[in-house]
Amino acid sequence: MLYLIEQFLNGIQLGMLLFLLAAGLTLIFGIMDLVNLAHGSLYMIGAYFAATFADWTDSFVLGTVLALIATLIVGMALEVIAIRRLYGRDHLHHVLGTFGLLLFFNELVRLIWGPAGMTLSLPSEMLTAVQVLPGLYYPVYRLVIIAVTLAVAALLYLLVMRTRLGMLIRAGASNREMVGALGINIKLLYTLVFGLGAALAGFAGLMQAPILTVQIGMGENILIAAFVVVTIGGIGSIRGAFVAALLVGLVDTIGRAFVPDLLHRYLSEAAASGLGRSLSSMLVYVVMALILVVRPEGLFPAASR
Amino acid sequence: MSQLSASPRGIVSAPGWLTPRLTVIAALLLIFGLVPVYAAVSGNSFALALFNRILILALATLSLNLIMGFGGMVSFGHAVYLGIGGYAVGILAKEGIGSGFIQWPVAIAASAFYALIVGALSLRTRGVYFIMITLAFAQMIYYVAIGLDRYGGDDGLTIYRRSQFGSLDLNNKTLFYYLCFAILLAGIYALWRVINSRFGLVIQGARSNERRMRAIGFPTFRYKLVCFVIAGALCGLAGALLANHTNYISPAMMSWPRSGDLIVMAVLGGMRAVFGPLIGATVFLLLEEWLSRVTDYPNLIVGPLLLVVALYVHGGIDGLFGRARRG
Repeated sequence: MLYLIEQFLNGIQLGMLLFLLAAGLTLIFGIMDLVNLAHGSLYMIGAYFAATFADWTDSFVLGTVLALIATLIVGMALEVIAIRRLYGRDHLHHVLGTFGLLLFFNELVRLIWGPAGMTLSLPSEMLTAVQVLPGLYYPVYRLVIIAVTLAVAALLYLLVMRTRLGMLIRAGASNREMVGALGINIKLLYTLVFGLGAALAGFAGLMQAPILTVQIGMGENILIAAFVVVTIGGIGSIRGAFVAALLVGLVDTIGRAFVPDLLHRYLSEAAASGLGRSLSSMLVYVVMALILVVRPEGLFPAASR
Repeated sequence: MSQLSASPRGIVSAPGWLTPRLTVIAALLLIFGLVPVYAAVSGNSFALALFNRILILALATLSLNLIMGFGGMVSFGHAVYLGIGGYAVGILAKEGIGSGFIQWPVAIAASAFYALIVGALSLRTRGVYFIMITLAFAQMIYYVAIGLDRYGGDDGLTIYRRSQFGSLDLNNKTLFYYLCFAILLAGIYALWRVINSRFGLVIQGARSNERRMRAIGFPTFRYKLVCFVIAGALCGLAGALLANHTNYISPAMMSWPRSGDLIVMAVLGGMRAVFGPLIGATVFLLLEEWLSRVTDYPNLIVGPLLLVVALYVHGGIDGLFGRARRG
């Protein structure tokens, strides 16, 4: 039972990270109608920046704050230099162009930081585990991730639903020509939205950095998972992304924790471990397929599309 | 309709049929035909291997062209069929079934079957959903392959014997090269026949206006599904060839950047031209090869180049020879 609760917490933690990525993707898609494969690159760059800045400043917190700002700037610069020219094109051209950007960023990171990975070490107070339930110890840092990402999700909700910028974002999503005609600087709005998405992706990357190694291509597999989240949630819907991210995070984590054990009861150990790994990695996609059979536009289809 | 015939803007004044497009295609075919001769004379077996690889990936790209270029279905998981075809050959070889008469049909059938499942689910959606779902289903098989411990898991599997076709010895590199060349040419001819058939016209009609095609009574879903399955089967054959070419299979051959490469080659060559895949694969793979020799960081150039192609080179390289077709 305690094991189940622990895996449940792990699932929520993965889900919240996926949400940070998926929120940016779905926002950028909903407003600019852009498929962005380079989103995972921003996740990677956030992690590299955090590892570098934390090294320079000798402070984890200062390093992550600087990395967040730097990723925001990279994102906005990327929008102005390259992404902007892709708006209004065919989705195929988005895929091709941003695939090129992804290759470019991987190579650029290799040029700057070298082919070896980096590590980002946590301050000592986050390395301990706390007792969340009698007998269940859970790493503090993972709890911090859950708390911080929940706070970011709440802030994002307030930003989109309660501020003037959020109002413009929602207006831009439903009718961009009209927003432009009313005298809003739509170009600037797009740059800001892309920067926001980049910062969210970078934030996910730097939060994950102390748990995994910071390495080239780290953003690619999680990008696919984020695509699955966006597809399940309904493209363009932040609420859908939140629900779907938790769902994918939980299904994936709990599947990986329990499917191999379940198979053990019926199969030999060797057969169960390989098959178990295959099946538990498939689980998320099976869930996605089932949801799409029932709802081809995801759980929360965007109304106007 | 025919991409093989004349261009409306005759740039050369020589014989009317000798358009720039036809000249380039003829030259390309001549070069490909002579590569084994060059390899034999100069002893450069690397060139033979490289051009053989181009032929096989051109076949895979050709199958993508059918659904993406002519059918408007942007599949971002097409490399999965390369993987399924390759694994069919590799798994059968490992289990002691070496006959190509079994291996290749199994490769084609397995790919077609998976394309049927993916198509049936994903063709219910459109646009970005379709792109993401095909990607996700490809990724699923990728993870399955990683879990196949018996067949090498993440590290992949070496194939010790190429497919056996009676007295036809595929270990003969020149013979294998010409076999791949012949299959590619047959594939190009088949594609040309398909897109100019009634079936092909329905597919292309559904690309430009699906609602209209349905209104005049065509069950477009079924047509598109059949088209999707044909493309999957053809790519599965390319996968069987690739496994025989490299004597090796691994999950990496169907990782999603490989699907991206197929899209790149398709768009680069020209999506609605039957010879586009050959042009695209040749240019892209030779460029990659050349760049990796002159610089340690080839993708710093390839990446931005893809962006430029996406932004400015519509119709691909084939499109540079003038427009042979309209909407």
